[in-house]
Amino acid sequence: LKNIKMTENLSKMMQKCQKIPDFLSKFAQNWSGVIKNVSKMSTLPNFKQNEFSVVRQHEEFIWLHDSFVENEEYAGYIIPPAPPRPDFDASREKLQKLGEGEGSMTKEEFTKMKQELEAEYLAIFKKTVAMHEVFLCRVAAHPVLRKDLNFHVFLEYNQDLSVRGKNKKEKLEDFFKNVVKSADGVLVAGVKDVDDFFEHEKTFLLEYHNRVKDASAKSDRMIRSHKNAADDINRIASSLYTLGTQDSTDLCKFFLKVSELFEKTRKIEARVAADEDLKLADLLKYYLRESQAAKDLLYRRSRALVDYENANKALDKARAKNRDVLQAETSQQLCCHKFEKISESAKQELIDFKTRRVAAFRKNLVELAELELKHAKGNLQLLQSCLGVLKGNT
Amino acid sequence: MQDVVLSQNRNPVTVAAVKLLKPELFLLFSGKVEVSLESDESVFTVFSLEASQPASLPAEDISTNSNGPKQDLLFDDDPEDLFAEATEEVSLDSPERDVLLSDGPSFYCFQMNLKVCFFVQIEEEEGGDSFDIHISVSEPREVGDFMFFLSPSSRQTSMSLFKQKDFSVKRRFSDFLGLHSKLASKYLHIGYIVPPAPEKSIVGMTKVKVGKEDQSSNEFVEKRRSALERYLMRTVKHPILLKDPDVLQFLESSEQRWTPANGNKAADAVNKMTIKMNESDAVKAAAFENLDVQLRKLHASVKLSVNTAQFAKSAAMLGNSEDHTALSRALSQLAEVEEKIDQLHQDQANGDFYLFSELRGLRTTGVFEHRMKTWQKWQDSQMLLQKKREAEAKLQFTNKPDKLQQAKDEIKELEGKVQQGERDFEQISKTIRKEVSRFEKERVKDFKTIIVKYLESLVLTQQQLIKYWEAFLPEAKAIS
Repeated sequence: LKNIKMTENLSKMMQKCQKIPDFLSKFAQNWSGVIKNVSKMSTLPNFKQNEFSVVRQHEEFIWLHDSFVENEEYAGYIIPPAPPRPDFDASREKLQKLGEGEGSMTKEEFTKMKQELEAEYLAIFKKTVAMHEVFLCRVAAHPVLRKDLNFHVFLEYNQDLSVRGKNKKEKLEDFFKNVVKSADGVLVAGVKDVDDFFEHEKTFLLEYHNRVKDASAKSDRMIRSHKNAADDINRIASSLYTLGTQDSTDLCKFFLKVSELFEKTRKIEARVAADEDLKLADLLKYYLRESQAAKDLLYRRSRALVDYENANKALDKARAKNRDVLQAETSQQLCCHKFEKISESAKQELIDFKTRRVAAFRKNLVELAELELKHAKGNLQLLQSCLGVLKGNT
Repeated sequence: MQDVVLSQNRNPVTVAAVKLLKPELFLLFSGKVEVSLESDESVFTVFSLEASQPASLPAEDISTNSNGPKQDLLFDDDPEDLFAEATEEVSLDSPERDVLLSDGPSFYCFQMNLKVCFFVQIEEEEGGDSFDIHISVSEPREVGDFMFFLSPSSRQTSMSLFKQKDFSVKRRFSDFLGLHSKLASKYLHIGYIVPPAPEKSIVGMTKVKVGKEDQSSNEFVEKRRSALERYLMRTVKHPILLKDPDVLQFLESSEQRWTPANGNKAADAVNKMTIKMNESDAVKAAAFENLDVQLRKLHASVKLSVNTAQFAKSAAMLGNSEDHTALSRALSQLAEVEEKIDQLHQDQANGDFYLFSELRGLRTTGVFEHRMKTWQKWQDSQMLLQKKREAEAKLQFTNKPDKLQQAKDEIKELEGKVQQGERDFEQISKTIRKEVSRFEKERVKDFKTIIVKYLESLVLTQQQLIKYWEAFLPEAKAIS
């Protein structure tokens, strides 16, 4: 089995940059093309080396994914969804706001928020890396895709793949292709399938995909609000701290103690939000993409079915007219073969999809619950011990 | 050490008296009651009173007379007498009233569900701050028409301020605000720290007025009630304010609407005074204001609640469409957990808002500005005196005897003014010093209590969270 690991050179970058503006600019530059170190060990025989590491940009991942999609041979498989583009916009905005608001907050507040922002950047970085990793692992785990030549090149060729991003023309082409595809998809979806299994899957996937999309969006919003609420606690803690440092009366000591408590609880709340993001939001996002990939598979199969049916009709016509029969026969056979091949692998793929999905949800929901419990208990302990101290002093 | 004396069922009500030795505490109540006592604070809560005596008074008629004879019972040391007269307890209130438990060093007043009213008094040690008045603010009777019933009860021996020994009056929320502005206009400028009145809250009031009969508007009512109670307690604890005729009238007068004599214009002027205090107070005020703003921001937690509720619905839908049974069930459970968490957040936010609005009431406002004004006045009259003296000196060399005399008269008058100004300034300074130290003492205690209560509510929230997630975990694990 192949292990694919990704390491980050983020820490190196962070060490170089002392001030946030520096940090941001260097970081931003590096992320306009995501650079990752990919290192892996392999026990597969057809790899020339056992262990190697290459540097890949985000575009190259996309290239690999697209090459799978466009490969007719893989029409019958769920293509692992491409990793999402790294998105630092939200954090960038926050950073800007922080810079603008520097005058209006105390030094402690500023430092605190700066640290938070750095931590946020780090978290997003790590998440993105993880998602790219998941993509590669999925490919590596697939019995057919792992043998793909492009995949090997991707992993081994230790120079830049010179994959340029799509230029405007190509992007426009893509856009039209998508329009055609969705229109076609609607037509094709209308075709009722004789096969019960696929008919059920079609209805199921359609509804499921929509609901996952909704749940993913709502979970994102909820988690963002959660983080904002945690930030609010921070401001209260700062205010109390200011009050507490004014003189050294009993009351001020009290303020300081409470301020300290709030800082700690806020950290925990922020962790809760981050864990929810990781376990819940990311899960939903991922299955949004996977369910889309599964839908695409169904679409390809339906397309093949329609082609097959059309080929059958053409054959009948040719036989009736007794013209180009051989051609029609070959074409019909090809379509039939293609359709059956897709159907067969699609069935397995969809079953696997369900298994994977259930397993992933189980893992993540269990971990989510455990983390929530851990944090709630931590919070509780903090509160209770602080209460003990405060009550004891009065 | 506590003695609990329970006597058997009297006709037809069970009576119990509890006597605490330190501090002295007399509790008279009827019915079956559970009392839990925390010995270090002499705080206790009373639950579930049942009296088998039916309601005998209609809700409207708050009879004060019928409590008269009972009063003697309370302060009578002899338990036997208590029991003998206990059966004559008269109902006071409408059935919807809940248990009230209010803070205060001396008194606890309970108005129970079943129209039994009883009072508890803690006598403090000799030489301590003995304070005999307690005021309780009970739940408003009519929704949308906030009437509060104040039921002070006093010891007839020491306080002769009240014409009656105990009584209830109806007051509206705006009456409380009016009282506050009246007191502020009267006392702030001579250096007394007038306790601030509770806040108006448009959101809460609208909800209640609309008749929304849900938990949050009930909570709002409850919080307002307790805030008003604390306000009144702070006011009457102040030895000077207690004797103020407006306060007394507020507490006693049975007029439907208590209105301050000179409307609210003076009050507004007082309220509009900017906070131009001396340095440290300004910083403190700013810090508190900051706290203020941040706490309003805590209402971003309202947003969290909305988003959580939406997510819960969405997760439920997802669970519905999931065709793996166990996973589907787990997702529905997740949706339920999130809904419950949402409710938790809402309750917490409510609690946050009201507790912290109490904190804001712990500021001193206005007194320092008055002191500055008094000082200024004194300085001005001193300078004027100086000028007049110089003028008089000049006049000495002219030959205008009557003008000279006039100048001398003016000087005499001014000297008087200057002396008065100095006295005023010293007086207000002295008063403020006393007030501030008294206030600081109170404030510290108040603040600590408030914060401790808040933290305790946070503890409850976390415990609930733990319960919910612990219930969910096995469901998640059951997915296979």
